[in-house]
Amino acid sequence: MNRLALFLPLALFAVLTIVLLLGLDKDPAELPSALVGEPFPAFTLPSLYDANRSLDERNIAGEVVLVNVWATWCFACRIEHVMLNQLAEQGVKVIGLNYKDNREAAIDWLKERGDPYVFSIFDEQGRLGIDLGVYGAPETYLLDATGTIRHRRVGVVDDRIWDSEFRDLYAQLMADKR
Amino acid sequence: MPIGLAAALFTSVLFGSENLVKFSDESLRIRYQTLITELRCPKCQNQNLADSNAPISQDLREEIQRMLEQQMSNREIKQHLTSRYSDFILYRPDVNKTTYLLWGSPLAILMIGLLIAVRLNRRNKIHAGSLDKTAVDQESRIAELLKSGEDDK
Repeated sequence: MNRLALFLPLALFAVLTIVLLLGLDKDPAELPSALVGEPFPAFTLPSLYDANRSLDERNIAGEVVLVNVWATWCFACRIEHVMLNQLAEQGVKVIGLNYKDNREAAIDWLKERGDPYVFSIFDEQGRLGIDLGVYGAPETYLLDATGTIRHRRVGVVDDRIWDSEFRDLYAQLMADKR
Repeated sequence: MPIGLAAALFTSVLFGSENLVKFSDESLRIRYQTLITELRCPKCQNQNLADSNAPISQDLREEIQRMLEQQMSNREIKQHLTSRYSDFILYRPDVNKTTYLLWGSPLAILMIGLLIAVRLNRRNKIHAGSLDKTAVDQESRIAELLKSGEDDK
């Protein structure tokens, strides 16, 4: 018994090492998603192109869509934009949420780089952003046909992220819809 | 002159804070201060909303101010924010199944410490007792020897 007790510090050290090693892989800055499984929040906001056209959550429901939070001041959005154009070409419906941006600058950006969005919601004050729990652009949400948020990605969606996080779920949601 | 300068600085500080956030009722300001020091900036994890200048923190401060003016309770305000930003933004999280380890471990460690302290103490007492016994034995032996020595004379 006493002999075994001598190994106790070593055993504790081993346990602590494993716990701390596992912790290394975690990103402490990443927030758990509070809204996955919840319906997309209600909103009433103007369209980016037409200040008089009012959009709300009913414009989003009914289809499997990506909602992409973007802004012209967001550097990573430049990189992501190419990917979004590709996805739109492949027939994925992408809805833009232009977040705390300048309307003219945003329209110019889409003219220059191509517009992958079915439409863009113009959230100048960032109120819908707060309801979504947005804390940094770009963010991308995958919604099913009932308007429920099924997946959230904070940061750039590129080929690797699409393949690992979105592709299968997207295909499954599209199949469910039929 | 230094007094005048100090007064000028002091009033400017007062005006500075006065202009930043306006409340219909001064008691809301106290609650506002408590809330923004207890809530964490979602973008900058080691700062609270009060310290952070990130745009998202400014927006959330305004949101909190707006909710306070709507007579929402602190609990409702926190719930409103955690339903969007998750428990991540609480610097003082509620006790639930994901945080019981966090809240419980100090108490558990204290208990283990107390247990060890009690056991060590008890063991020492037993030791001390046996020491006393040998001391008494030795003393009586010495006394015996001394006595026999005297008898020999």
